[in-house]
Amino acid sequence: MTGRFLRLTGTSGLILLACLLAAAVYIPVANQYIDPASPFHVNTASVVVFGKYLCFAILALSIDLVWGYCGILSLGHGAFFALGGYAMGMHLMREIGSRGVYGNPILPDFMVFLNWEKLPWFWHGFDQFWFAMGMVVLVPGALAFIFGFLAFRSRVTGVYLSIITQAMTFALMLAFFRNEMGFGGNNGLTDFKDVLGFDLQANSTRIGLYLLSIGALAGAFLICRAIVLSRLGKVLIAVRDAESRTRFIGYRVEHYKLFVFTVSAMMAGVAGALYVPQVGIINPGEFAPANSIEAVVWVAVGGRGTLVGAVIGGIGVNLGKSYLTGALPEVWLFALGGLFVVVTLFMPKGILGLLDRWRRKQIPADKAEQAGAEAEERA
Amino acid sequence: MARPLLLILQRIAFVLVLATAAFSAPAQAQSIPDLISRLAGADFDETEKVVEALAATGDASVAPILEALGEGDLYFRRADNAVFIARRGGSGYLLTDPITGAAAGEAGRRDVTKIRVNNSLRRSVRAAIGTLTLRSPDARVRITAAQSVLKSRDPEAIEPLTAAIEAEQDDSVRFVMERARAAAILNSDSDDATKITAVAKIAEKSDQEARAILLAASNGASAELGEAIAGAVNKVEGSLAMWSAVQNVWYGLSLGSVLLLAAIGLAITFGVMGVINMAHGEMVMIGAYVTYVVQELIRNHAPYLFDVSLLIALPLAFAIAGMVGMAIERGIIRFLYGRPLETLLATWGLSLILQQVVRSLFGPTNQEVGAPSWMSGAFELGGLTLTYGRVWIIVFAMVVFAVLVLVLRHTSFGLQMRAVTQNRRMASSMGIRTNWTDALTFGLGSGIAGVAGVALSQIDNVSPNLGQSYIIDSFLVVVFGGVGNLWGTLVGALSLGVLNKFLEPYAGAVLGKILVLVFIILFIQKRPRGLFALKGRAVES
Repeated sequence: MTGRFLRLTGTSGLILLACLLAAAVYIPVANQYIDPASPFHVNTASVVVFGKYLCFAILALSIDLVWGYCGILSLGHGAFFALGGYAMGMHLMREIGSRGVYGNPILPDFMVFLNWEKLPWFWHGFDQFWFAMGMVVLVPGALAFIFGFLAFRSRVTGVYLSIITQAMTFALMLAFFRNEMGFGGNNGLTDFKDVLGFDLQANSTRIGLYLLSIGALAGAFLICRAIVLSRLGKVLIAVRDAESRTRFIGYRVEHYKLFVFTVSAMMAGVAGALYVPQVGIINPGEFAPANSIEAVVWVAVGGRGTLVGAVIGGIGVNLGKSYLTGALPEVWLFALGGLFVVVTLFMPKGILGLLDRWRRKQIPADKAEQAGAEAEERA
Repeated sequence: MARPLLLILQRIAFVLVLATAAFSAPAQAQSIPDLISRLAGADFDETEKVVEALAATGDASVAPILEALGEGDLYFRRADNAVFIARRGGSGYLLTDPITGAAAGEAGRRDVTKIRVNNSLRRSVRAAIGTLTLRSPDARVRITAAQSVLKSRDPEAIEPLTAAIEAEQDDSVRFVMERARAAAILNSDSDDATKITAVAKIAEKSDQEARAILLAASNGASAELGEAIAGAVNKVEGSLAMWSAVQNVWYGLSLGSVLLLAAIGLAITFGVMGVINMAHGEMVMIGAYVTYVVQELIRNHAPYLFDVSLLIALPLAFAIAGMVGMAIERGIIRFLYGRPLETLLATWGLSLILQQVVRSLFGPTNQEVGAPSWMSGAFELGGLTLTYGRVWIIVFAMVVFAVLVLVLRHTSFGLQMRAVTQNRRMASSMGIRTNWTDALTFGLGSGIAGVAGVALSQIDNVSPNLGQSYIIDSFLVVVFGGVGNLWGTLVGALSLGVLNKFLEPYAGAVLGKILVLVFIILFIQKRPRGLFALKGRAVES
C-alpha cells in the first residue's frame, strides 16, 4: 500500500505533500496560538495571501497537465479559472440575500441598480450550494469540451491553438465587461457576506478556506500524477513528442487531447472557485489574456512537465510578485519580463531542471556517466 | 482715428444705396447711428421698429449690435443718451462703442440704463440677425445664416431669402438658401402648389435633415401634398439607406487599414519567418513614441516644421524600431528557432520589459500627439463626410503594403529572404548569409511596425499600453488571412474591418467585436491554415 502510494507521488511529490501538510499544520497554529509579537506569528492577512497562492498553484498544475504532458500550450486557462470563480461568486451573491444595500431578497444589488425586474434565467439555481459547486466544474469543463472538440478535431495545433485560446479569453473578457451580460459588468461580483452560513470575514472561515485550498492542491496533484502515470498518460506524452506518429500507430489523438484538456479546465475552475471567497471579488479583469500568459510562465519557471515544478513556480513567482510590487513596484514588470526571457533561454527545464543538474554533479563520476548515457537515451 | 471714420462713412454710404435699392418698403431709410440713437429710452414698440429698420439696412456690421441687444448687453448713458455695448468690469461697466467697436471708457452702475427686451422682441432680433447675415459679403456667414433658417424654418425668412437668392452669385450658397426657403415655405401657410415645389426642392439632397423637414411638414397636409411628401420621404430614405451602407464600408475599410498597418509587420515576422513575436505591439508603440518625441522637439525648437513632423518621424520610427527588432533577433530569438512556444513566452516577457521601459521614461499617462493641418478637417462626397485623417491612413496603409510587396518580389534582399525561409540549408549552400538575412528580415518586420506606430499615433492614445491593444487583433488577422501570404493579410484585414463595422449597428461595438472573434475562432476550425493557405504536403510544420 505504501509502496503504491510512493509510486503514485514520486520522491519529489512526497516532499511536496509533506511540505503542504506542514504548512497546513503550522500556519493555522501560528496564526491562532503564537503570540502576535513573536516573529513566528502569521497574521490573518498572510493566511489569505497564502490561500491565494495555493489557488494559483492549482491553476499552474492544470496548465502543466496540458502543456507539460500533452504539448497543448493554452493561453486561455485564465478563462476557465475565472469562469469557476464567477460560478462561485454567483452563489455568494445569492447568499447575500436581503442584506444587500438595496435589501432585495432575490436580486443582487447591481441588478436592482440597473432596474432589472427579475433574475436572468442563468442565475436560477445558484442559491443552492451543491448546484453552484456543480457549475464550478461543469461550466469550464463544458466550454473546454466544446472548444477542444472543435479545435482538436480540425487539428488546430501548436501556435494556432495558443492564439485562438487567447482570442477566446479575450472575447470572454469583452463579454463579461458588458453590463447587459448580467454578471455585474465592470465591477464584477463583490461584497460577499458568508458561505454556507460561515462569515467570510471571520478568522476561522479564512483558515478553513486555506485548509480547503491545501487539500484541493494535494488532491489535484494526486489526480494529475494518476493521469500521467497511467497508460493514458503515456499516450499523452507520445502525442506531445510526435503527434502524427501516434496518430499513424492508431491512437485517436484528438480523444486523448480532449480528455486531458477538459479535466485541466475543470481543475482550473475549482482553483477559481476557491480563489473568489478568499479575495472577496471576481471581475472581468481575471479574463485578461496577460493573466493566462503569466500563469504559463509560473509553470515554465518551476519546470514544465514535472507537476511539482508547477506548484513551486505558482507559489514562488507569486511570492516574488507580492514582495516586488510592494517594495519596488517599478521593478516588477522588468523582473517578470526578465523571468520569461531567462527561463526560456537558459532554464528550459525550470528550477527543477537546475536542481536535477546540480544533483547529478554530486554523484560520483562513473555513475554520472551512466546517468548521462541514460538521459541521452531518453532524449 | 481717421481710418475707422472713413470706413464707417463708406459703410453708411453702401448701406444707404443697398437699403434704398433692395428694400424700398421702409418709408425713410435712416443711417445706422441715427437708428441706434433712437434706442435710448425707447419702449418695446419703438425698439421693435428700430430692429426692423436695422435689419432692413442689410449691413452685416449691425449684427453684433443686434446680438448685444438680444443678450441684454446694450445700454444707454443717461447723461447724453449715447448707446453702448456694456459688459461688467472695473467699478461698473466697460463700455464699447457699438459702431466702431472701440473701447469707450467705463461707467458707474448708476450712469447707464439697460435697453430692455422681452421675448417677442428677442425673437424679432434673432430673425433680424438671420436676415442680415444672409447678405454678408462672406460666403461662410451666408451659408451659416441659411442653415439657421433651415433649422428654425421661420416663415418670416421667406421674403429676405427670396431677395438674397436673387442677389446670390455663389451656386453652393444659393443651393442652401433655396433649401432653407423651401423648408420655411413648408412651415408657412402657402398654397399646395408652392409647397409641392418646395418638397421637390428639399428632396434634392437626401440627408437626415431633409427627412425630418418632410416628416414635420406631413402633419396636417392635404391629400395631394401628403402624397408628394410621402414619395419624397421614400426617395430620401432609400438614398439614406444606400449612403449608410456606403458609409459602413468606408468605416470598415478605415478600420481594416488600421488592422492592416498593425498586422503587416507581423505578416513578415510571423507569416514569413514563423516567429511568434508577442513584442510586435511594442514595436508599434515605439513608433508612436518616436512620433511624440519628434513632435515635442519640433514644438520646442522649430514650430514651423510641425506640418512635416510625421514625415520626419516615419524614417526615424522605421530605423529605431528596426534596430530594436534586430537586437531582439540577435539577442534572443535566434536561440529559439524551431521552438515556437518558447519564442512566444520569451517575446511576451520582452514586451513587458519594453512597456515598463517606456513607462519609466515617459510616465504611464497618454502623451499628446498632434495632427498636422493637412490631416485635420473633412470633405463631403455625396452623402458621406470623409475626414482627411482617415483618408490618409487608408492611403498610407496601401502604400506600405505595396512597398513591402515590391521589396519581397523585386529586390535581391527579398529574394534571399524568401530563399532562407523556404529552405535554409539550400540557401546557405548557395552562399546566402542566413544569419544576416534572419536579422534583416526581423528588422524589416519590426521597422514596418514602427512606421505603423506613426500612423496609429494619429488615431489612438499614445500610452505604454498602445501595443497591447493591437497584438491579439494582429495575430488573428495574420492567421485569418493565411500565414506566409501578404495578400491574405490584406484581404483578411479589410474584410474583418468591414465585417466589424457592419455588425456594429446591430450588435453594438463590443458585441460586434466579440462576434468577430468567435467567427475567427470558428473559421480557423474550418480552415486551420487561413483564407489563403500555402499549398504543401507537410504533415507537420
